[in-house]
Amino acid sequence: MSSARERVFANLHAAMQRGGFKVPETGTPLPLTLSRQERIDRLKTLMENMHTEVYVVKADDWLNVLKELLRQRSLNGLVYGPGTPLAAALEPSWENDLPPLIPYNEEIEQFKDRLFAIDAGITTTRGGIAETGALILWPDAREPRLLSLVPAVHIALLQADTIYNTFAEAMNSERWQEGMPTNALLISGPSKTADIELVLTFGVHGPKELIVLIVD
Amino acid sequence: MPDRPDKAYFFGTCLIDLCYPQAGLAGIELLQREGINVIFPQGQSCCGQPAFNSGFPAEARAVARQQLKCFSKDYPIVVPSGSCAGMLKHHYPELFVGEPEAEEARRFADRVYELTEFLVKVLDIHLEDRGKPIKVTWHSSCHALREMGVVEHSKALVRQLRNVELIELQKEHECCGFGGTFAIKLPEISAAMVGDKVADVRQTGAELLLAGDCGCLLNISGAMEYQNIPIPAKHIAEFILERVND
Amino acid sequence: MTEQALVDFRANFAKALNDKQLRRNLTKAMDSLRLKRKAVFADKEALERLRSVGNAIRRRSLSKLPELLEKLEKKCTENGIQVHWAETKAEANQVFLDIIRRHQASRVIKGKSMVSEETHLNHFLEEQGVEVLETDLGEYIIQLDHETPSHIIVPAIHKNRDQIAHLFHEKIPDTPYTEVIEELNAIARKTLRQKFFAGEIGVSGVNFAVAETGTLCLVENEGNGRMCTTVPPVHIAIMGLEKVVEKLEDVPPLLRLLTGSATGQMITTYFNMITSPRKPGEKDGPREVHLVILDNGRSNILADPELRQTLQCIRCGACLNHCPVYTRLGGHAYGYVYPGPIGSILTPQLEGLQNAGTMAFASTLCGACAEVCPVKIPLTDILRLLRNKSYDTQDSPTAVEGHGYKKNVSEDLAWKGWTAMNTHPAFNTLSTRMLGLIGVHLPRVGPLKGWTSVRTAPKFAKKSLHQLAKERGLSDE
Repeated sequence: MSSARERVFANLHAAMQRGGFKVPETGTPLPLTLSRQERIDRLKTLMENMHTEVYVVKADDWLNVLKELLRQRSLNGLVYGPGTPLAAALEPSWENDLPPLIPYNEEIEQFKDRLFAIDAGITTTRGGIAETGALILWPDAREPRLLSLVPAVHIALLQADTIYNTFAEAMNSERWQEGMPTNALLISGPSKTADIELVLTFGVHGPKELIVLIVD
Repeated sequence: MPDRPDKAYFFGTCLIDLCYPQAGLAGIELLQREGINVIFPQGQSCCGQPAFNSGFPAEARAVARQQLKCFSKDYPIVVPSGSCAGMLKHHYPELFVGEPEAEEARRFADRVYELTEFLVKVLDIHLEDRGKPIKVTWHSSCHALREMGVVEHSKALVRQLRNVELIELQKEHECCGFGGTFAIKLPEISAAMVGDKVADVRQTGAELLLAGDCGCLLNISGAMEYQNIPIPAKHIAEFILERVND
Repeated sequence: MTEQALVDFRANFAKALNDKQLRRNLTKAMDSLRLKRKAVFADKEALERLRSVGNAIRRRSLSKLPELLEKLEKKCTENGIQVHWAETKAEANQVFLDIIRRHQASRVIKGKSMVSEETHLNHFLEEQGVEVLETDLGEYIIQLDHETPSHIIVPAIHKNRDQIAHLFHEKIPDTPYTEVIEELNAIARKTLRQKFFAGEIGVSGVNFAVAETGTLCLVENEGNGRMCTTVPPVHIAIMGLEKVVEKLEDVPPLLRLLTGSATGQMITTYFNMITSPRKPGEKDGPREVHLVILDNGRSNILADPELRQTLQCIRCGACLNHCPVYTRLGGHAYGYVYPGPIGSILTPQLEGLQNAGTMAFASTLCGACAEVCPVKIPLTDILRLLRNKSYDTQDSPTAVEGHGYKKNVSEDLAWKGWTAMNTHPAFNTLSTRMLGLIGVHLPRVGPLKGWTSVRTAPKFAKKSLHQLAKERGLSDE
């Protein structure tokens, strides 16, 4: 008996023989071209509509804003990815009255117990999308995937200069097709569901809170 | 705006022929008042949609062929039904693909107008309302809405009547459940749909229901009558003619 | 061949229509979903342009389907994703079982996947002693109640909060009764967190698979999909073979169309693009990623130039939300996995007209589905075509299984009579006159019985329009 693969392709090729495929030209969606400020504003508004806390902060001030936000909450820890510029900024300046900084420095098999018990995680982002309001993340060896998912609070740092008009623009100008990472993510808010009577509720399986610091 | 023709064909539709001839006559009179010489081919019958939608395309084609024969001259074809007009305009060309009449069906389709569309777009009609103040509501047939895209013309005519207040349905864009043979093949679902439509008509507080399609009228007014709801229903042509003649 | 007993559509329909609670739950939910879609696509011109783009992308994908699937397989394999092919549901299920057995695993956590519903994966694995847990909140709710999804996007939409409150209280140990939706969500979060933590195999569907890069794209709001595809050491994704798209740049327009059409969202909370298993040095993510590509009749659908448009579908569910029939019945009444307009064109082709052909007739052809379809599938045309095939006994290379099942002498005769009446003017005149004489005294039997159960019978006019036109001296050119 032939393999499933052979049978499926035999079926497919037989179907293709029937012909009659009409393929219209693939046009483009209406373009969106916003100024830098408009991109920041739009992303902020749209993400706030989805219950994200968004702060536009100065490059020399984001760390203070972050610390202030952490002090307002009672959190048992902040997990981060060591070895990033973000880590380099956090580690030397951490203070005792802040939730302890916990590096994600082991594989999940060893780190799972701790990770599932930490209240907050912080990540960098690769960029943002103004059109729909979303963060772009490419988790990697230094900043693992679960940092932005398991802790109940996710804090993300976004450079204002990396906010694109659209997802397509981000993808095309960074030539994603030439090399996709293990995991690329768009995140537009804290985890949510409307599966019961379509009532929108935030914080189902992923983070209950998403805090974005846009560094302008 | 297309040129104003001297002559126009009138395609009466089978339902009007059988159950609502007054609506057909009203449509004819509205055209005549505008100076149109209305031609009514006596050989005409049905657009063929019942068979076309029920799995019998050959039978639909045979009946369609009869209409192609009866409306062969180069006059516009005016139809007092969005659904039948949609059949003639959009489905005749596909029904005759690969048939000797393919080109004829395409040219035929180009000449088809729904009645209110013709009155507004081609004749630029202006209505003088002589009737008493009345509240009405309007039901859009699905094919007038989606195939013909003429509902705004119909409602524009109603709005020209200064003593008529048009109160829109909450779910104007939802099907009434007629669907031709659907109402007979799956009567329970059809009943649920028309039940909701009647409730929507009632909540408007309108004294009269207007529609441009007699299938919907038959369905909704039949259900209202069955429930003893004293809201009459009328084809828009009949209503307009009454208002301008009073 | 279908593996389930013949569906009694008429009995199902009657039952659903008489369930007042179901009608209320559905009406409220569907009204809301339609409004949300309308709001997010407020700019008509932009929407039409986007729909044209979506249509072109999907048609292009289908026009080179074998080539794209080979490319997808090649890229995935290069990236370390193991690709498996399944011609049938049983083959797909066996692939899952083999992987699970190889890992000696017994705890499967699952994200939402309609294809896995199509293959009845949960039922199969449970029979083999594997625990399968649905983690999407809606799927979790219906799994607790041993139900199937009633909607392809919001699977538990037929239930209201009271019903869910009772269910949680009864089925989840130590759960107090609450009708507060936030509290119900919190209960699910707490219960499922432990399951994510302990899951050995994660299962997901695929919204789009990109041939160019070998990337699997997943759309979700809850985060359970990311959990299932990141926490366990093994991830198995399953997709219908039509889900492939050619290029990465095809994804953004389809994503906008999908989320906007489905739930009126500009974008979902998460868009998760997976291109490989955990790489050396990476600290999390599955060590193995498998992709199961299922045919199950799809390649046959591809053969017919009209019917193949069915495969353009991106499973947004907008046609369900806008269908006046679906919104009154809900999904369960259809008896098959895919309900509503898309189900009514897809299911008869997958399961055979003789089994599911009734679905093609459960529509008024009002066109609401085709009007909102984000990839412009001409649903009404395809419904009509399937109706034709239901009576068409002629064999052809692209015939749908069960074609001609509906052919019968009495209907043939009725339509022959109708044709004769409408093609012979004299006969037409005679019959309209006769009906005019009958007037309001129609016998209320046969087909008219259904009509008159909620309506008065049609009244035939004494004089037809033909007669009146003649009397008025209208020209008969």
